[in-house]
Amino acid sequence: MSTIYIDNKKYEVKAGKNLLEACLGLGIDLPYFCWHPALGSVGACRQCAVKVFKDENDNRGRLVMSCMESIKDGLHLSVTDKTASAFRSQVIEWLMTNHPHDCPVCDEGGSCHLQDMTVMTGHDYRRFHYKKRTYTNQYLGPFVHHEMNRCIQCYRCVRYYHDYAGGNDLNVFAAHNHVYFGREKDGVLESPFSGNLVEVCPTGVFTDKTLREHYTRKWDLTTAPSVCHHCSVGCNTIAGERYGSLRCITNRYNSQVNGYFLCDRGRFGYEFVNSENRITQPLIRNRPVEAVDEFVLMDHLREILTNHTLIGIGSPRASVESNTALMQLVGSQNFYQGISDNLGFIQKRVVQVMQSGVVKPASLHDIQQADAILILGEDCWNTAPVMALAVRQGVLKTAAEHALENRQLPAWHDAAVRELVQQERGFLANCTLAGSPLDEISAAILHKAPDDLARIGFAIANRLNTSLPAVQLDNDTSSKVAVIASALQQAKHPVIISGTGCYNEALIRAAFDIAAACKTTAAEVRLAYVVPECNSMGLAMMNASSFENAVLRASRAQQVTAIVLENDLYRNVPSNIADVFFNSCRHVIVLDSLNNATTQKADVLIPAATFAEGDGTLVNNEGRAQRFYQVYMPAQRTIQESWKWLLKMQATQTGITNETIYHPEEMLASCEQLLPQFSGISGSAPRRDFRVHGQALPREPHRYSGRTAMLANLSVSEPKPKQDDDSPFTFTMEGYSGMQPSLLIPFFWSPGWNSIQAVNKYQVEPGGELKNEQPGKLLFNYRPDAVPAYFKDIPEAFGVRREKWLLLPQYHVFGSDELSAYGHGVQELSPDAYIALSVEDASQLGVVDGSLLSIKAAETLYELPVRTMATLPNGVMLMPAGLQGMTMMSWNSWVQIVSIKL
Amino acid sequence: MERPLTQFIHPGCPPFDLREYEMTGGYSALKKALAGMTPLEVQKLVQDSGLKGRGGAGFNTGMKWSFVPMGDAAPHPKYLIANADEMEPGTFKDRLLLEGNPHQLIEGMILSAYAIQAGVSYIFLRWAYKKAAQLLRKSIHEAYTAGLLGKNILGSGFSLEMHLHTGVGRYMCGEETALLNALEGKRATPRAKPPFPQVSGLYGKPTIVNNVETLCNIPHIVNNGAAWFKGLSNSEDSGTKLYGVSGKVNTPGCWELPMGVTVRELIEEHAGGMQNGYQLKGVLPGGASTDFLTAEHLDVKMDFGGVQAAGSRLGTGTMVVMDDATCPVGFVHNLQHFFAQESCGWCTPCREGLPWVEKMLMSLEEGSGTAEDVELLQMHTQLLGPGNTFCALAPGAMEPLQSALKYFREDFDRHIQLHRCPYENGHH
Repeated sequence: MSTIYIDNKKYEVKAGKNLLEACLGLGIDLPYFCWHPALGSVGACRQCAVKVFKDENDNRGRLVMSCMESIKDGLHLSVTDKTASAFRSQVIEWLMTNHPHDCPVCDEGGSCHLQDMTVMTGHDYRRFHYKKRTYTNQYLGPFVHHEMNRCIQCYRCVRYYHDYAGGNDLNVFAAHNHVYFGREKDGVLESPFSGNLVEVCPTGVFTDKTLREHYTRKWDLTTAPSVCHHCSVGCNTIAGERYGSLRCITNRYNSQVNGYFLCDRGRFGYEFVNSENRITQPLIRNRPVEAVDEFVLMDHLREILTNHTLIGIGSPRASVESNTALMQLVGSQNFYQGISDNLGFIQKRVVQVMQSGVVKPASLHDIQQADAILILGEDCWNTAPVMALAVRQGVLKTAAEHALENRQLPAWHDAAVRELVQQERGFLANCTLAGSPLDEISAAILHKAPDDLARIGFAIANRLNTSLPAVQLDNDTSSKVAVIASALQQAKHPVIISGTGCYNEALIRAAFDIAAACKTTAAEVRLAYVVPECNSMGLAMMNASSFENAVLRASRAQQVTAIVLENDLYRNVPSNIADVFFNSCRHVIVLDSLNNATTQKADVLIPAATFAEGDGTLVNNEGRAQRFYQVYMPAQRTIQESWKWLLKMQATQTGITNETIYHPEEMLASCEQLLPQFSGISGSAPRRDFRVHGQALPREPHRYSGRTAMLANLSVSEPKPKQDDDSPFTFTMEGYSGMQPSLLIPFFWSPGWNSIQAVNKYQVEPGGELKNEQPGKLLFNYRPDAVPAYFKDIPEAFGVRREKWLLLPQYHVFGSDELSAYGHGVQELSPDAYIALSVEDASQLGVVDGSLLSIKAAETLYELPVRTMATLPNGVMLMPAGLQGMTMMSWNSWVQIVSIKL
Repeated sequence: MERPLTQFIHPGCPPFDLREYEMTGGYSALKKALAGMTPLEVQKLVQDSGLKGRGGAGFNTGMKWSFVPMGDAAPHPKYLIANADEMEPGTFKDRLLLEGNPHQLIEGMILSAYAIQAGVSYIFLRWAYKKAAQLLRKSIHEAYTAGLLGKNILGSGFSLEMHLHTGVGRYMCGEETALLNALEGKRATPRAKPPFPQVSGLYGKPTIVNNVETLCNIPHIVNNGAAWFKGLSNSEDSGTKLYGVSGKVNTPGCWELPMGVTVRELIEEHAGGMQNGYQLKGVLPGGASTDFLTAEHLDVKMDFGGVQAAGSRLGTGTMVVMDDATCPVGFVHNLQHFFAQESCGWCTPCREGLPWVEKMLMSLEEGSGTAEDVELLQMHTQLLGPGNTFCALAPGAMEPLQSALKYFREDFDRHIQLHRCPYENGHH
């Protein structure tokens, strides 16, 4: 700690930071543009000027940029000094010489950092009488809108896009007062993290194009804290609604999980909520009038829920509450995971390993802090994009720390640090099936078939702990293994990343053996497994049988009523197996939010709430239980959380109506009772009766407009606000208007800080933890004394087969996730289906890119164009995973080529 | 009067090739240093000679070198760079040296690189100096062939690579850190200091950037010693200086003279006085980014301390003379147009302030300027001062403006009163 004096007041501040960070951390308002906590300082905008004095007797002082000045013990500075504040106001006036006065029609208005800073500095009178410079805008794809005239040249966009996220297609062009930020020519931004430009840009140059389609000001949104549903990482988000439709997703800062940034799938994948394909009313099929109300529905269900064998099919994308409610309804022994056997087996292994407590789970924050990272068999760029972004930061941060050793240079001095770092990178080994953009920053790259990757993993474990069995590898691979092992051995906090993406269980074991072996070198090692969906881990932890067992059961039992929870089985299991299942069931009840192949099979279809319309808890890939809150009540009251429907069905079935348990925390408490492995999950979020000074928390900011008018076309008297009994939130602007506790932040706002930059005010220090941060509840407990049970059983080396190929999935950020694919933008960026082969395999077959290949997999014929992949090993065939309209493939099985059209 | 730098330069005649250069004593300093001086001895000698940077800042060259980390533990490679991106308006002294005696520069660079133990050197040359580029390319090739560059120079164990890099014509590249960024293939924006290039320069490695004229002095200092170098001068700043005069004088040109000649000597003796019918109204003593001096400063000594005491800077030592028929407002507008165009666009005050200044001067010239404009100009001269902007470009741009406002204020006022430029053949 250092003592500094700000305007003659004494403060204790953390050494190693700069003056801007110190001031903001102390709650002192100081305007800035080019600085960003995640990007560091470059001193370009000159907005954060303060006066620094030699000592207490110096009254002249010297103007400095606070972001470029280190804290020194005993330093005297002034924020309020006349020269300094006049200069800050002048910087705004300079910026305003060219900034259009288009706030009323600008999407940023009301959440604009430039507006906030302008007001903060007091600049209000224009003395520049000349023409403004203008630019031509570019088409940047379906997600980001470009309006260059508004640019204030803070350079944050390129520093974020290029330096932080590694994108190469957004650049700065031209010079002097005609600097241009954009692409070389119009086109879709290539980075899957481009949406963060919307938040990084302090004004309206880059704005959310999907929001533009149904634009609403920040102050007019009803918002709630949410958790992203588009991969297993569980990024914290804020979802906003108006007039009954979901309008946008913004980042909800959290130091442990996503920090400041989301991926584009998470940010722009929300549009399925507003899809025309939504199920809005309960349907009982094969009747003259299929749509029914709740009363008729329950009456109908009473019959088919009693005197029938109930089979419940759980869901990896439904909340813990909903899965628990289903398990309760059907009974534990009748509850099945709605996923295929092979995936269920792998996930079981993941849960077993994590529950053993031998190795700590790695949060994204841990990955960012890692000094050596090994990715073993998981294409996390596509399966968990934000994790790949965290990997990049880990690699860059390690390089920076290395470059700064024995130097008098502060870590926040971004440009200078980059200059020292040059092309140096921290250690990353990317051992995956095929190439990924992470290869660019990898020190060791191995692209092999899954079994070979697992063997590489076991070989690394053997190098780290020689009591583990050795593996025979070729010389080239062996030498890379040695490099990886030695990097892990030297690291202080290495992270091992693997996952279910290759459908290979040996990889899970190998990753665990490596992590456990790292512990022998006394390293603080962490382990992360990527799983397919937002609650895959929660479902897997329920330890239920996989779907194939449900099929067996259904085919043997009589009078089966199947209840399928938020699960398109045709995406999760091979279609022939799903067909067998549905054919063996007497009744099929499906709860879901969107029509799909499974809902077509339903006799009874029940509309489920999406994440925006209901409450629930998800368990992310590291075993962190996180609550997402209902954003709004849908106009159709029949759209309810599945768990609510299931509780009602249980009441109908048993004849016992117990209104009191219709709340998430009681649902979670019964989950804890049913399944002790979830112990603690009911404490993962504040109870619904949580109040601040006796007040509930408003979902609407105090400037929310139109409340009395928005329904006046229906009734002139203002309707009573909707009641939320499930959470501490209200559906109004009334309630506690101060800073919300960390788990209950529906929007970041602080007086004078209307943009998302208000997050500064919620943090202990800029870029640090939220005040009283409670980032969910970790369900895997680390036990330092746990003795690792190594797996040791090493698979055979992958053997290329004659005229057969091992079929494996290639994931795509856009297209492989089910729900996000309903959004127009995501759809536009999804690839068309293809079959990928290694270059050598393709040339042996005599096919080239675009040749049509027919393959037979699981009794279905697919004719698709060929894509050759230089990084793909021979004997392996990839097809895109999860594309809309494509059924589930039997991954990790051998397929034959039926015919070839050149 | 000795003219060590230009003694063998005869405008109109081709420069010496390697053989001729060596016949006239060329590369003897290099041989002397490599054979009998340690790098630190060379540093010390240059420091003792009092040689100050000729690019404009006037910092002691040997001192600058002394900040470079030395010894085996120092980061490698280190770099030596000749700043030959001569783009200061009115300045053409380095061109004379580049075109007149390229081997002198190369020898100076090898010696300087030896002094800081640099392994790689670059000449960052202004794009428009096509002839110099051609000559340097040929001379570097000659030096390589003769073993004066490359591995193990003259058997000394010291190695140095030398590359010629031609810029693309940005004034900004004359700023040493922007030059480094440009050399790395990045945008020519300056870097924040610290860290200084001596510690973290090109590619993050220790780097010295010296002006061409500075480097050309090194062989002579090594050959003749510090005392000799000091003795060349009329003033407390050592050595000779290449001075230039442009404007409506009878014989504009560039001359190597003892440091510390007066403004009067330069204009009246060397530049042949003002052309008939023209009176001297002001001079920019060291290029476009220095404050005006006026007729009352004619006896100011053209050395670092002397010009500074008079309220300006020696800068590059190449003087622009403004006569009484030229409108000072138009003159300054022309300069500000240049600076606004050459702003790199990195920091707000320079990027947005200079175009505003330019526009206000334009409206004054066109007769639509107001008293408020003059106030705003005044304000800009203060707010675009050193420390407020990221680098020295905008503060430099403000120097002629602030001194014009000081010395030629009535000219500004008359533009406002008359709603037009009072100079009929005003300089635009």
